[in-house]
Amino acid sequence: MKYILKKGFTLIITLFIVSLLAFLAFQVIPGDPTTKLLGTEATEEAKAELRAELGFDQPVPVRYWNWLTDFLRGDMGESYSYHMPVREMLGEKLVITFLLTLVSFAFTILLSIPLGILAGSIRIRWLDSLITALDQVVMSIPPFFIGIVACFVFGITLRWFVPGNFISYTEDWGACLGYLILPALSIAIPRIAMTVKMLRGAIHRELEQDYVRTARSRGAGRGDVLRRHVFKNALLPVITFLAVSAAEIMTGTIIIEQVFTIPGVGQLLLASISNRDFPVVQAIVVILAAWIVLVNFAADLLYQLVDPRIRLR
Amino acid sequence: MKKRILAVFLAVAALTCSLSACSGGATTQTTTPSDETTPSSQAPHANELTVGIAQDLDDSLDPYQMTAAGTREVMFNVFEGLVKPDADGNYVNAVASDVNISEDGTTYVFTLRDGVVFHNGKTCTTDDVLYSFETCAATTVNSAVAEALSAITATNVQGNDIAFTLSAPNSDFLSYVASVYIVPADYDQQATQPVGTGPFKFVSRSVQENIILEKHAEYYGEAAHLDKVTYKIYADGTALFTALDAGALDLVAHLTIDQVNNLTNGYQVLEGTMNLVQAMYLNNAVAPFDNELVRQAMCYAVDVDAMLAITSEGHGTKVGSSMYPAFGKYFDASLADAYPYDPDKAMELLAQAGYPDGFSFTVKVPSNYQPHVDTATVLVEQLSAVGINAEIQLVDWNTWVEDVYGNRNFQATVVGFDSSTLNASGMLARWVSDNSKNMINFNNADYDAAYAAAQNTVDDEAQTAYYKECLQILSDTAANVYLQDLADFVAVHPDLKGYEFYPLYVIDMSNLYFEQ
Repeated sequence: MKYILKKGFTLIITLFIVSLLAFLAFQVIPGDPTTKLLGTEATEEAKAELRAELGFDQPVPVRYWNWLTDFLRGDMGESYSYHMPVREMLGEKLVITFLLTLVSFAFTILLSIPLGILAGSIRIRWLDSLITALDQVVMSIPPFFIGIVACFVFGITLRWFVPGNFISYTEDWGACLGYLILPALSIAIPRIAMTVKMLRGAIHRELEQDYVRTARSRGAGRGDVLRRHVFKNALLPVITFLAVSAAEIMTGTIIIEQVFTIPGVGQLLLASISNRDFPVVQAIVVILAAWIVLVNFAADLLYQLVDPRIRLR
Repeated sequence: MKKRILAVFLAVAALTCSLSACSGGATTQTTTPSDETTPSSQAPHANELTVGIAQDLDDSLDPYQMTAAGTREVMFNVFEGLVKPDADGNYVNAVASDVNISEDGTTYVFTLRDGVVFHNGKTCTTDDVLYSFETCAATTVNSAVAEALSAITATNVQGNDIAFTLSAPNSDFLSYVASVYIVPADYDQQATQPVGTGPFKFVSRSVQENIILEKHAEYYGEAAHLDKVTYKIYADGTALFTALDAGALDLVAHLTIDQVNNLTNGYQVLEGTMNLVQAMYLNNAVAPFDNELVRQAMCYAVDVDAMLAITSEGHGTKVGSSMYPAFGKYFDASLADAYPYDPDKAMELLAQAGYPDGFSFTVKVPSNYQPHVDTATVLVEQLSAVGINAEIQLVDWNTWVEDVYGNRNFQATVVGFDSSTLNASGMLARWVSDNSKNMINFNNADYDAAYAAAQNTVDDEAQTAYYKECLQILSDTAANVYLQDLADFVAVHPDLKGYEFYPLYVIDMSNLYFEQ
C-alpha cells in the first residue's frame, strides 16, 4: 500500500516534469503558431491580436499554470491548427496507436517465448552458436528498416497491400488489424530477438543450478526437468522484461507510424510539433509519459506477483 | 522489361516534344506504360473520385482564415465569390449574375444571382453578401485583400444590386472580389464545418486521414458530374506515390519527374505549370548582395537550363523576372535569357565588384519543399565554378517564415512565390521598397514609381506597360537569380476526363467526370 502511494507520487512528479520540459522546449524553438495560422500575408497587427487571443502576451509561468489547471480539469484545450478540441482529435488516434502496441506486444509474447525455450533447449553446439549469432543480428536491426523492407517486399513487389493506405477501425475492424500486422511485426522482431536471448540465457543459467543436478540424479529425464522446473524459473526475469517492452513498443510506434503512414498519435505528434500546435503536443507528451510510467509500475507489481520472495518497498 | 524501358523512353520523348511546342500554362498529355492489368479494363468506375494529397489540411477551413495553398486548392470547390476565376485566368460571374463597372472605374455594381443556395439549404441574400464583405475585411489573413476592401467608401443595396464605391480606381478590384467568398450571415462554424455556395459541399475532415466533399445538388450553375470527392491525406510524397501506383487513387497532382517516370499503372499524365516564380532570392541589403555587380555575376554564373536538365529533365519554364507565364499579358519571355550562362563574365563582374577570389554565403532553404532543395543543391555546385562558396542550410517551414520571411535574417534562399491575390500586382507589390513583405529589401526608386503608376491608371494598356517596366527593372538590377516556373505533373485515371489547369494553385473538381 505504502509502495503504491510512493509510486503514485513519483508518477505525478514525473508527469509534471515532462509537461514542464515540453512546455519549455516550445519557448526555445523558433517560429510561433501565429505564422502558421495566419500565413505569410498577414499584417503584424493581426498577428499581435492572435497572440493576445492565444494568451502569448502573458508571462511563461502564468501560461503554464493556465494550461496545467485546465488539463487537470480534463480540458486539453483546442488545437491551434484544426480549431478542434484536442480530446476529440486524440480519441481515434490513441485507439489506433494502442491497437498497434497491443498487436505488436502480442506478437512479442507469442513468438518470443516458444522461440526462446527452443533456443534454450538446443544442445548441438554449432547450432546454438548459429542461433546466438543470428539473434544478435536481428536484435540490432532498427524497426523502421524492417518496416521499409516489408513495404518494399510485401507492398511494392508482392502487392499484398497498398503501402501508404490505411483503413481505420471505425470503418472495418478486420481490415484495420490486417494493416497493423506488418508494422506491429516490424516493432516486434528486434524485441523478440532480445527476449529470446534473455530467455535462452536464463535457461542456461538455471540448467547449471544444483536443483537440476539433484532432479536428474533422482532419475528425472532432461525434458521433464526442463518442463517442470527450469522454464518456470527462467521465465521470471523475462516477464518483467516483457512488461517494460510494452512501454518501449508504444514509443516505437511513433517512428513506425511514419513508415507505414498510420494515422496514429505519432504522426499527429510530429505534425503538431512542426505546426507549433502546442496544446496537441503537450497532451500527447503527457499521455505517452503516463503510459510509460504506468507500465513500469505494472511491471514492478507483476514481478512481485510471480516471485513472492521479492518485496517492494 | 525491354518493352517497358522503350515505352518509358517514348513517353518521356513525347512529353519533351510536346512541351517545347507549347507555351507555359498549356497542357500536354501522355499515357504511362502499363502493366498487364490496366484499370480501364475493369468495370466502369463508380461516380466517386479519390484524390491523393501529400499534405494535411491542417489549418482553419474558414474562407478568410485559410492560409495553406493546399487548403485553398481544395476549398476552391466549396467556396465562391461574386465572381470567380476560370481556367484562362478571366473572372466570370459566380454568385453575381452581372457586373457593371462605371466609366471612371470607381463604382462596381454586382447583381446577385437568383436562386443561389448555400450548402446548408439557405438561399443567399444581399445581407449574406454584405456580411461576407464585412467579415472578410475585418478578419482576412491576406493583407492585400484587406487593403483593397478598405478602399470601399460606400455600399448601396437596391433590390438585388449591390454597389461598391471605391475611393480610387483599382483595376485589380475584381480579383480581390473573387477572394471574398460568399458565406451565410452569422454562421460561426466555418473553421470546422465550412458552408459556401460552390459546386461541392464540405462533408467531413478526419485529421491526417481525409477530407470528403459531396456534390451540391442545388448548385445554380451546371452541377458537378461527380457525386463525391475524397481527398486522402498521405504523410509524404513517397507513400502517396506508392498508393497511386497501386491504383488506389484516381488523381494525384504535383508529381515529380522521377515519379512520372516510375509510374507503371497506365494512368494518364498531364503536364502544366505550378504558377510560381522559383528563384534564388537575395537579400539586397546585406553584403555582398547589396552590390548589383555581385548579383549580376550570380545570374551569369547560374546555368538555368543545366539546372532544369538535372532536376526535372528539362521540364519547367524559365522566367527571368517576378512573373510566371500564366499571366500571359505581363510575362516577358525574353527576360529569361537576359543573363545567359557565362562564367567568365561572372568572374569579371566579381573582380569589378571587389571579389576577385569570390566569396562565401549561406542559402537557407525550407526543408519541406524538395524541389527547392534540389534546385539549391545544383546552384551551389554551379556557383562554386566561379569561386562562390554557398552553403545550404535547411530550415523547417515555420523557422523559414519567421526568420527569413519575417525578420529578413538571411543572405539567400530558394523558394517559389505565387500571387496570393490572383493578380499581377500580387507578384510585384512585394518588391516596392516600403512594402512590409519586401523580404529581399529591394530598394529602387524607378521601380516604386513604375509600380505606383501602374496602380493609379485605369488604362489597361498603360498598366501593362508599367508592369512590364517593373519586370525589366527587376531583371536589369538582378534583384534575384530568377529561375523557373516549375512543371506540374498530374496523374489521372485513364477514364477520368475534364481536367483543366488553372493559372492558380487549384484543382477544379466540377468539370471532372468518368467516361463510362
